Amino acid sequence: MTARRTLWTARRVLQQLRHDHRTVALLLVVPSALMGLLAWIVSEQAFDSFGPRLLGVFPLIVMFLVTSVATLRERSSGTLERLLAMPIAKADFIGGYALAFGAFALLQTAVVSGLSFTWYGLDVMGSPWLLVLVALMDALLGTALGLFVSAFAANEFQAVQFMPALILPQLLLCGLIVPRDTMPTALQWVSDLLPLSYAVQATDQVMTSATATPEYWRSLAVVAAFVVGSLALGAATLRRRTP
Amino acid sequence: MTSQAPVVAVRDLCVVRSGKPALKDVTFDVPPGQVVGLLGPSGGGKTTLMRSVVGVQVVASGSVGVLGLPAGSPELRHRIGYVTQSPSVYWDLTLLENLRYFAAVLGVDGHGVDDVIADVALTEYRNRKVAAMSGGEQARVSLAVALLGSPELLVLDEPTVGLDPLLRRDLWQLFKDLARSGKTLFVSSHVMDEATRCDRLLLLREGEVIADDTVAGLLAATGTSDVESAFLRRVEDR
Repeated sequence: MTARRTLWTARRVLQQLRHDHRTVALLLVVPSALMGLLAWIVSEQAFDSFGPRLLGVFPLIVMFLVTSVATLRERSSGTLERLLAMPIAKADFIGGYALAFGAFALLQTAVVSGLSFTWYGLDVMGSPWLLVLVALMDALLGTALGLFVSAFAANEFQAVQFMPALILPQLLLCGLIVPRDTMPTALQWVSDLLPLSYAVQATDQVMTSATATPEYWRSLAVVAAFVVGSLALGAATLRRRTP
Repeated sequence: MTSQAPVVAVRDLCVVRSGKPALKDVTFDVPPGQVVGLLGPSGGGKTTLMRSVVGVQVVASGSVGVLGLPAGSPELRHRIGYVTQSPSVYWDLTLLENLRYFAAVLGVDGHGVDDVIADVALTEYRNRKVAAMSGGEQARVSLAVALLGSPELLVLDEPTVGLDPLLRRDLWQLFKDLARSGKTLFVSSHVMDEATRCDRLLLLREGEVIADDTVAGLLAATGTSDVESAFLRRVEDR
């Protein structure tokens, strides 16, 4: 793995994104508009409890979709095969994607949380920056999971279907809709195994305490471990030789 | 055949794809500094053979040696230029963005990029998106990527498909020039009239090599006057 090849790969991925104005606009406008809509339809109190948790869900879903389709395109267009026949490490490729989409997710989170904390009137006890950190980790998780599942999709239709298959169950079980400790025991166990549960746990800490708690850092570390694990699995699905 | 060690040495190569044999006991050499043409009908195993030489194909048995190393060795990754049949470049990037990225991966400096753009005659298209180019131009972008870093061996899978006759002539001239400068080229085609431009020919049909000779040698051995007839004669003789 070399820093130069990783950085060039990240640069190339961002160049591709830059040429696609409509996607960039959608990535920035849609989550912002949805947060605004949420602020509008629920009470101020409910927005303060749902808003922060949703802040991390947008980058997860969006980066998952963008990454799985982008990597699938690399696989089907032959550019991945060409790259892997060149002196590039798999970690350079994966790292480049993670870096590029991580950077873009930072921009997205900055826009959405900027609007939320000012115009939409979102209020948390802790520092908004801690929420941005959770959102960034969620974005990296989306990128990592997207890279991994793209290996199991034969076309874009299948890749897009992995979103409801892998992300929606996590949304239901992560404590966003129903508090985790009120769920049936079996579902609590499943919830314990899903990364989004820990992201919501970290968010809840920011909502209820003025400083970053050990619980916050522990939860964030679990999400980070899931990111590293999925990236490693994603790297394992890249084959230099194919049948 | 020259006395120098072959650039590509394939021995008893067998490849199975989707449960069916794609290559059956293929054995041949590609001598250095030559243009070796791989001809045959589509579906005959040409692409599989090229992928085996590049080292991206899972092989069942046999050996493929490239520049004295087993195909697919990490040391070979910047010594082989490979052009796949469909242009494998980024459609949403410009020509220059594509080449700069691949050059960075290969560790080639900026001059190399300008040189290969001139080689494939696309200088005025530097800032055009690949998606906005014609099929022939896209194929040349893909070829330009393969030329980066002046690799010792070029493996080109149907590089002249869909090009107008003038461009085809120019590209074959480029291949000849590259061979003269010491590079080795392994070029596939399903157009038999391109055969006469090669130093040696390899005819592949249903996964088997049915001829491995110089053009003159093949015509003399089959008593025919063109490669098309020689191909037919070889198929009938089997």
